[in-house]
Amino acid sequence: MQPFTVVTGIAAPLLRANIDTGTIIPSRFMRSRSINMGEKMFSDWRYNLDGSENPEFVLNRAPYREATIMLSGTNFGCGSSREAAVYALLRFGITCVIAPSFGEIFTENALQNGLLPLILPEEVVASLVNADDPTLTVDLHACVVRTPDGREIGFSIAPDRRMALLEGLDETALIQRYTADIDAFRAADQNRRPWLYQR
Amino acid sequence: MTPRSLFDKIWDSHVVRQLAEDRFLISVDRHLLHEATSRDAFDGLRRRGLAPKSTAATFAVVDHDVSTLSGRTWDSYSPAAERISAMQENCQAFGIDLIDVNDPRQGICHVISPELGITLPGITLVCGDSHTATSGGLGAWAWGIGTTEIERVLATQALILRKPKTMRVNFNGTLHPGVYAKDLILYFIGQYGIAIGGGTAVEYAGSAIRALPVEARLTICNMSIEFGARSGLIAPDDVTYQYLAGRAHAPAGADWEAAVAQWRALPSDPGAGFDREIDIDCSAIRPQITWGTSPQDVIAIDAPIPDPGGAELERRGPMQNSLSYMDLTPGMTMEGLKIDFAFIGSCTNSRLSDLEIAAGIVRGRKVADGVTAIIVPGSTPVKRAAEAAGLDRVFRDAGFQWRESGCSMCQTLGGDSVPPGQRSISTTNRNFEGRQGPQARTHLASPAMVAAAAVTGRITDIRKLPAIGG
Ligand code: SF4
Repeated sequence: MQPFTVVTGIAAPLLRANIDTGTIIPSRFMRSRSINMGEKMFSDWRYNLDGSENPEFVLNRAPYREATIMLSGTNFGCGSSREAAVYALLRFGITCVIAPSFGEIFTENALQNGLLPLILPEEVVASLVNADDPTLTVDLHACVVRTPDGREIGFSIAPDRRMALLEGLDETALIQRYTADIDAFRAADQNRRPWLYQR
Repeated sequence: MTPRSLFDKIWDSHVVRQLAEDRFLISVDRHLLHEATSRDAFDGLRRRGLAPKSTAATFAVVDHDVSTLSGRTWDSYSPAAERISAMQENCQAFGIDLIDVNDPRQGICHVISPELGITLPGITLVCGDSHTATSGGLGAWAWGIGTTEIERVLATQALILRKPKTMRVNFNGTLHPGVYAKDLILYFIGQYGIAIGGGTAVEYAGSAIRALPVEARLTICNMSIEFGARSGLIAPDDVTYQYLAGRAHAPAGADWEAAVAQWRALPSDPGAGFDREIDIDCSAIRPQITWGTSPQDVIAIDAPIPDPGGAELERRGPMQNSLSYMDLTPGMTMEGLKIDFAFIGSCTNSRLSDLEIAAGIVRGRKVADGVTAIIVPGSTPVKRAAEAAGLDRVFRDAGFQWRESGCSMCQTLGGDSVPPGQRSISTTNRNFEGRQGPQARTHLASPAMVAAAAVTGRITDIRKLPAIGG
């Protein structure tokens, strides 16, 4: 997994609540490896039905085309479990989403791929929107967000999650260290519930 | 001993090891794969040079992408062919039994899992799909995972988890005529909002739940994710055991007796603690219909669409977005609204009992002019059982399309979608913007309400539809 440490970049505001993973990447763009999911991200909002760009949409406006951070509303990434929503954001270049809350499966998927789902209260997220200078720094070492006018806003994240992101930890390899425990558990369980171990 | 909940008992019996204060290694009993989210997981195994830890615990099916038109083959809907063929190759390469497109067991993953007895009480079951909670209707702890976690479960049969908080929702009392499981869960989401479940393991209990057959219990658990819960559970009972007896992957013979004895100890002990408990009076529930683009935008069929001006501050914006996307105005009732599509299908409501309810309404009637009405049975066995009971004739005679099984118009993958601006009434679980196609407008409701709308051409109060011949 790609580690996440410090990111400085354009923060695009998309302050809607309940943006679901199917809106982030509609299912029809997940089918083929030849599709660039970064281009199709937020497709139904970003493009008109004829395929042309919707000039109103934030990611179609300078400087937000280059966004690496996204500011959003509560419950970001709710809905479908598709990890492709995270792949699409990363492919576009966004490595951190700042929102008051996130869908639970999205959070897991984000953390597994080095995308930071950063939780701040709604009014604080709104205060980070700055049309004149939309540059933010997200520092996971210090657990602060820095604004162009010198504010430092602390955020919290579970310590093990933070370490995993900083190190780019591979959780599968971690579990594999406990293979003996898993095998012992399964052997004992097989005595108790043999029907689960045959087909 | 401290009284424990159903969830506590399943949790306790699956902890392999505690890794840190709030990190546990949890054993996964059964794992369900489908073509839409597993491809990268197989590639991950390849990269690591790993084989699946237990092919006996792993079940695979083609459901999301497949065409539901009759005479279909795996590649008859060409945009889906790449992913379906990858699924076939991966299952073959890794020794996993794939329920392929024309296999008689084929169907939507969450429909076939109970049907084949893959889902059992007290097990941990995961699938790369958010509606995995459906299986909780049989008393399994079942939850949706992402693709990285699919790879992890394939490789290790385990996951690292935090212990979720718990919630119990008691549905008390009895249901009025015309009110179904779908109405119960929609009503709950309407009353408490989409955030109430926030990462909890939810148990549904109460006299109304106990009175429901298994298929209706699956419908309730299915929509747990729609209010933020990752899993939903209903305690197993004799109804559960009768349903499971003799299913393909359920225990048999002496194993069956031993299993049932274990399962009888699963229900929550009296006095078990929950982080939150909510009581619902079912006598207050009328047929429900969504008006907006969030599952919490739901009202009784005879209630007016709420005015965003009267809502809590943070809900006003989303409600206004919903109204403009759906082209509706506050104060109007949904009854009488013209529809273009009626869809009966999806892992929420496509089982035999759902089709029986719909057929009871459609029998002797015709689909209204200008309405495209589609029925997609949840599985091939459901389809065959419905045909054996003559339900397909009822639907076909009325002008419904009678399809093969798959996800179909639930999320547009198999080639079916609602055109921009058109209005659909649907038995599915998500009314998000674009879910049934770009700019499609989706109203969620029970199979009875969808069947009624299909034959009248308008959103209809099922309680007012006159009985035919009666
Ligand atoms: S029917 Fe719909 S919700 Fe259910 S598994 Fe298929 S796509 Fe997902």
